[in-house]
Amino acid sequence: MDIPFVELKGINKKFGTVVANQNVNMTINKGEIHAILGENGSGKSTLMNMLSGIYMPDSGQILLEGRELKITSPDDAINAGIGMIHQHFKLVDVFSAKENITLGKKDGLFIKGKELSRQIREVGDKYSLRIDPDKKVYNMSVSEKQTVEIIKVLFGGARLLILDEPTAVLTPQEIDNLFSILRKMRDDGCAIIIITHKMDEVMAISDRITILRKGESIATVNTADTDVKSLTEMMVGRPISLEIKRVTTDPEKVKPILNVRDLVVEGVGNQRLLDNVSFELSSGEILGVAGIAGSGQKELCEVLAGICRPKTGSAIFKGDEIIGLSPREIIRKGIKTSFIPEDRLGMGLVGNMNIVDNVLLKEYHNSNKMFMSRKGSKQISEQIIEKYDIKTPSVYHQVKKLSGGNIQKVLLGREINLAPQLLVTAYPVRGLDIGASYQIYNLLNSQKQDGVGIIFIGEDLDVLMALCDRIMVLSHGEVMDIVPADKVTKEQLGMLMLGHKNFDTEGHND
Amino acid sequence: MIKIVKKSEVAGIRATAYRLIAVVGALICSALLMLALGHNPIEVFSNIINGSVMTKYRLIETLRRAIPLIILSLGISVAFKMKFWNIGAEGQLCMGAFGASFFALYFPDLPQIVLLPLMLVAAMICGGIWASIASVLKLKFDTNETLVTLMLNYVAIKWISFLQYNLWRDPEAKGFALIPKFSKNAVLPNVFDLHIGWIIALVFAVIIYILMKHTKLGYEIEVIGENKNTANYAGMNLKKVMLIAVFLSGALCGAAGMIQASGVEFTLNEQISGGMGFTAVITAWLAKLSAPAIIVTSFLFAMLLRGGDFLRVQMQIPSAVSDILQGIILFFVLGSEFFIQYKFVFSRKRAS
Amino acid sequence: MDALALFLQTAIQMGTPMLLATVGGILCEKSGHLNLGIEGMMLIGAVMGFKIGQVSGNPILAISAAAISGGLAALIYAIITVTLRGNHIVTGLTLTIFGTGVANYIGKSIVVPALPESVKAPFRSINIPLLTKIPILGKSIFNQSIYVHIAIIIAILAYIYLNRTRLGLNLRSVGENPAAADASGINVDLYKYVHIIIGGALCGVGGSYLSIVEIGWRDNLTAGIGWIAVVLIIFSTWDPLKAMFGAYFFGALRALGFQLQSIKLPFSGETISVPIQLLDMIPYIATIIVLVLITIRKKEENQAPASLGSPYFREDR
Repeated sequence: MDIPFVELKGINKKFGTVVANQNVNMTINKGEIHAILGENGSGKSTLMNMLSGIYMPDSGQILLEGRELKITSPDDAINAGIGMIHQHFKLVDVFSAKENITLGKKDGLFIKGKELSRQIREVGDKYSLRIDPDKKVYNMSVSEKQTVEIIKVLFGGARLLILDEPTAVLTPQEIDNLFSILRKMRDDGCAIIIITHKMDEVMAISDRITILRKGESIATVNTADTDVKSLTEMMVGRPISLEIKRVTTDPEKVKPILNVRDLVVEGVGNQRLLDNVSFELSSGEILGVAGIAGSGQKELCEVLAGICRPKTGSAIFKGDEIIGLSPREIIRKGIKTSFIPEDRLGMGLVGNMNIVDNVLLKEYHNSNKMFMSRKGSKQISEQIIEKYDIKTPSVYHQVKKLSGGNIQKVLLGREINLAPQLLVTAYPVRGLDIGASYQIYNLLNSQKQDGVGIIFIGEDLDVLMALCDRIMVLSHGEVMDIVPADKVTKEQLGMLMLGHKNFDTEGHND
Repeated sequence: MIKIVKKSEVAGIRATAYRLIAVVGALICSALLMLALGHNPIEVFSNIINGSVMTKYRLIETLRRAIPLIILSLGISVAFKMKFWNIGAEGQLCMGAFGASFFALYFPDLPQIVLLPLMLVAAMICGGIWASIASVLKLKFDTNETLVTLMLNYVAIKWISFLQYNLWRDPEAKGFALIPKFSKNAVLPNVFDLHIGWIIALVFAVIIYILMKHTKLGYEIEVIGENKNTANYAGMNLKKVMLIAVFLSGALCGAAGMIQASGVEFTLNEQISGGMGFTAVITAWLAKLSAPAIIVTSFLFAMLLRGGDFLRVQMQIPSAVSDILQGIILFFVLGSEFFIQYKFVFSRKRAS
Repeated sequence: MDALALFLQTAIQMGTPMLLATVGGILCEKSGHLNLGIEGMMLIGAVMGFKIGQVSGNPILAISAAAISGGLAALIYAIITVTLRGNHIVTGLTLTIFGTGVANYIGKSIVVPALPESVKAPFRSINIPLLTKIPILGKSIFNQSIYVHIAIIIAILAYIYLNRTRLGLNLRSVGENPAAADASGINVDLYKYVHIIIGGALCGVGGSYLSIVEIGWRDNLTAGIGWIAVVLIIFSTWDPLKAMFGAYFFGALRALGFQLQSIKLPFSGETISVPIQLLDMIPYIATIIVLVLITIRKKEENQAPASLGSPYFREDR
């Protein structure tokens, strides 16, 4: 038998008392695309970060071509030919593409600009990766940044390429393109590891799959010999249906509540962040919002929350104009937003404060006195904890120390407790494991059935298509189309996300 | 090989214990330094304590030093809580002293009961406005407040020098550039042999404590400091809160200026703040921005300062030693914060 | 003409300690560390340079002592802020207090405030033949102490280092995005340590200019120059070449302060005195204006290093 290119033996890693990886074993061969499949929190990224030198294993061995390799820093990993493309790109914003690519390389004291640009084009041509070497990263789109990362790793002569959730931010078309590049690299003899939790992608791209569950390696299988059902079972640990239910609302509860017309938001240099956005929303409906990251989702949320004033346009909520109202007046009208832009604690919660003080955020201004009392908030906190089964030592526990799912439940629980009529939620399951995600979906569904109008901003097209009634696609701040979720295909959504408006959508009736 | 790893955060009493250990470590380190410099450390330390608290007179002198530190730290803590890095206490104190002196010099005959409150209010307004320059610039242009407040310190000090050497120069002081002494009515009365500033400081401490813990404004300041996005989203008026909090911060520092001018110097001069604005940043930070703790840290620092003066007289040790001691203690405490969140792991090369 | 040359000459002299400290500060801030301890490091450098110069009578030892002591002071800052992840602002302020204390303590042992001729002589202004013949600029730039020339060379080298070399690129990446630098195989902590210490050494040398060439030792002789350097770092938008002009501009303002105290009005022959304290304000107000201007322009390249002031820990997620 051939010696595998890289072998992991009995890898263990703990963070404090949290076990991230336990007795992980796997092998990676040259010329294969190896998928690592696991839920959020199953230790995929941690494991790969040990290969790329960001973390060090507490115990266990890493073998490179049969010889033990000590990786104590990213430098060691790079020297061993291991390159990783992190989920959150590690690029310097104010640097150009070529400066980022050459960063950390060790050839000569001075930087040779022209020579470098030529070499970058050479590598790019080989794999049809197109990038302007002098473009600054802060001017780049997400997929351009990814291209820079890939060229950077190739430039370092990597023989093992690790990609952490590379598809999360791409459209279906961009994903196809990425996959064909990866296949080309594989055929050139590169070993490729791709971390993901999406089944169909795993089936489409990989040669072999290693499944991680709760930090342990469960099995390695050949992709050709397995199917989605058994993969899911291995990943979650029990048979589970990955179907998300779309519930129907009692038609009596369905009435138009929100009418948005011609919203325009301008950013720096009169660039339109929202461009004539119009849509309607009924109570008892979930309207999904799809789009590449930064297509205007954030601005839409902020307009509805009253944080951002649009240049023109109107938003009529139950007969009243809400544009121009302060956030507090909007909250009083029954519009609740739980907007989580980058990370869960980004907007909506204060990580360093306890649950009571976080609940207080939406309560404290109700009294007209200068002083405030925390009594009411404490009661509400206790109710939320009980109702949504939040795991916390006490109501006075710092929110940031809770698990992701519990943090999300504190946030949603607080908003739902305010009996909203319109709920705006962005990426509510980001980073959650499957169990916690389904709890959130159920929560949203039951709100829908109670007659709440819901705007659900999502990134996983499968979820959007399964959960929502209609999907609105944004591209560069413009509404490309609003399509019925049960009749649209992923490819069509992808085309819309890329800004291609004119194609026939079957059964499209707008 | 040494590695740094994160551990579950130490909280409450144990965290305080870490800081106390750090102080002990600092004292040991200082003792070794003293020995190296040829001084008996036990003698030095006992002299610092002896010189700062052991007689009533010395204790009162120490308290006299602690008063402005307490008020300045309180002021700084309000801004810092909002992560508004106001290091301009020095300048705000000067402008406060200027405002107070204006009334003291131009209306010397007003009755004390009117004049003193007037001076205090003027001082607080001047200090508040001076600090507000930084907050207005930050709101309008997003200018870095640390540097603006820092620069404003020098502008304020130069302004006071200008008054001292030109505009308000006392013609009767012969060759000296001095501002005339305040009238009797403009001088703070004593309560228990110490100017009434100590009561003002305590009252401020109580007010700030209640403000930060139990009022909407305090809660808003804290939320904004922790997470601006969340504050925005919860409907807080960031601009308004920032303007109020920074004004308040400057107003307190200005009040300290009035107390120094009216209770200690009985006039205005360019050394009125003498670096206390910077020391107060440290005492506020050491106290973790908590009002009750600020009283303690400010007093301890006042002890060090007074003790340093005493050393010079008693042991002919330059008073610079107290600066060195302050530095060492702070370095240790700053370093100790690390061990609350992280630990070092010493590992031998793993046997394969 | 001569008056102008003399003025420029003085401006450059007065700007030299600021320039050295500013370049040191730029190197430090480019690694992502805001060091408010410049004043303290300058004082330590000033007193050590003077003291060792006095004791040894050797000019090279004197400058080395200034550099090493400044570097050691910076090492304390580096240990606390890099390894122990302490708050940059408070640590820097503490370093200034500590440095002031140390300098004044050592300064107490300096009884005679004079340097031996062997130390003073090499730093006197020297005429560089030919170049000094250039009108105005010749005298003001080339008839200077070797310190002045060293400072200019250091600033130019620092510029090339930051913008043209790999090490400079790596350093900038550490200050902008340490996680990216780390993932690229750059030893983040090492870069931080080295540049904080070099920065401290330059501050020390800058301080020693004051004690060896300009004033001699006295307590608190820097009188805020270290703080002006903190400002100049921003004023120059982290560019050592612009720092040169900034430092000489501020130097000119300092010089102006000395010269403008009394002005003879050209026609009536009356002498009016301009309040020096108001003139002294100019640098600080100018800085605030510049600060506002660079924030309004919002050019990405002109901004502070993105990670300035925040600690980095590889395993933070």
